[in-house]
Amino acid sequence: MSEQRKAAALISGGLDSLLAARVMQQQGIHVEGINFYTGFCVEGHTHAIRRRDQKKDKRNNALWVAEQLGIKLHIIDIVEDYKQVLINPRYGYGANLNPCLDCKIFMVHKAYEWIQARGFDFIVTGEVIGQRPMSQRKETMPIVSDESGAHDLLLRPLCAKNLPLTRPEREGWVDREGLYDFSGRSRKPQMALAARFGIEDYAQPAGGCCFLTDEQYAVKLQDLWRARGNKEYEIDDIMLLKVGRHLRPASHYKVIIAREEGEANFMQGYRRLYPSMTTVSHGGPFALIDGDVDDPEIELIARVVARYSQGRSAEQVELSFSDKSGRSRSLKVKPMAAHEIPKEWLI
Amino acid sequence: MSRQIIDCRRLLCPMPVIKVQNAIEGLPGGSQVEAVCTDPGALKDIPAWSRINGHRVVEAATRDGEYIVVVEVVEDSAS
Repeated sequence: MSEQRKAAALISGGLDSLLAARVMQQQGIHVEGINFYTGFCVEGHTHAIRRRDQKKDKRNNALWVAEQLGIKLHIIDIVEDYKQVLINPRYGYGANLNPCLDCKIFMVHKAYEWIQARGFDFIVTGEVIGQRPMSQRKETMPIVSDESGAHDLLLRPLCAKNLPLTRPEREGWVDREGLYDFSGRSRKPQMALAARFGIEDYAQPAGGCCFLTDEQYAVKLQDLWRARGNKEYEIDDIMLLKVGRHLRPASHYKVIIAREEGEANFMQGYRRLYPSMTTVSHGGPFALIDGDVDDPEIELIARVVARYSQGRSAEQVELSFSDKSGRSRSLKVKPMAAHEIPKEWLI
Repeated sequence: MSRQIIDCRRLLCPMPVIKVQNAIEGLPGGSQVEAVCTDPGALKDIPAWSRINGHRVVEAATRDGEYIVVVEVVEDSAS
């Protein structure tokens, strides 16, 4: 009896990677999943932060897919290593700050290191030629294979018949006839294959699972880089870009104002990392201040925060300002009128 | 039987899952890892990860506004 071959499948939580892994299982391959965490994940985070989203039943789609397939899933933290991909993408950005091609090369490279360390034979992805305008095109398929270092150990079961033979096919580890020739943006072939496998429940594609494809998020990240004069970031920076209203009254500081209770609760966790402000005399938002500010600036921030409180029409609103060490002081200010907040402040 | 406590406060999923996964790697069967989390998603995600990787969830509870998940390592499943 021949040795059972082992493949690592990149599992995003979407239908394509689910199907690619399932096709391999059908051919008797031992499959384990790999899921990468860049820090820019969308779904779970907004759910966890925003109170209104917590009413929905939430699931991590990558874990869910692994459970449906009956495979192990290894979730790998690549937050630090990913910075170089985002900061300096060789193939540039997509519509926003999404470095999709560099990202795919990087993830396949990481998967290649993983299979070498664990004695696995090859890598599987759910890529389909023409499915995505930047990273999944006929021209980019060999770029991903070669620049990742995986070369012919990268198999795309859903479109393999449109691509040159890979080693798993050449060596007979998998049967090319049992692979597919999907191409283009249509989802119908995938949905038909899912139906053949009896898979009815799967995550619907919704413009990607990465905040970097989101225009509003990209604007905030570009503002952060511009204000700092470089493209460095820490995980706390990119988490806070996901919450609140961001206003930048001056280049050296910005104010992040919670829009609802869930965001306020989440932002409270950053009180020892950033100065903060909250209303005392009226119901109002919690706010963080990113940057060094002097007394006149603190007063201006208080007037802005008061504007977003229930005391926006009052003559005076009392607020509490706390520095990073937790020392607090009180301020009484007149809330800013809506027309006094320049549009350019809103990021 | 040893129990390792890992602080996952302020971390959003899947980071608590990753911390549990990394803590379990190399631990002998029967060892326990207790994750203390503030993201309610941990109550679902850590048990889901444990199920698919063959480990046993001993406890998944809410305590004083925090979410506690205790996972026991099953030796044959150690990755």
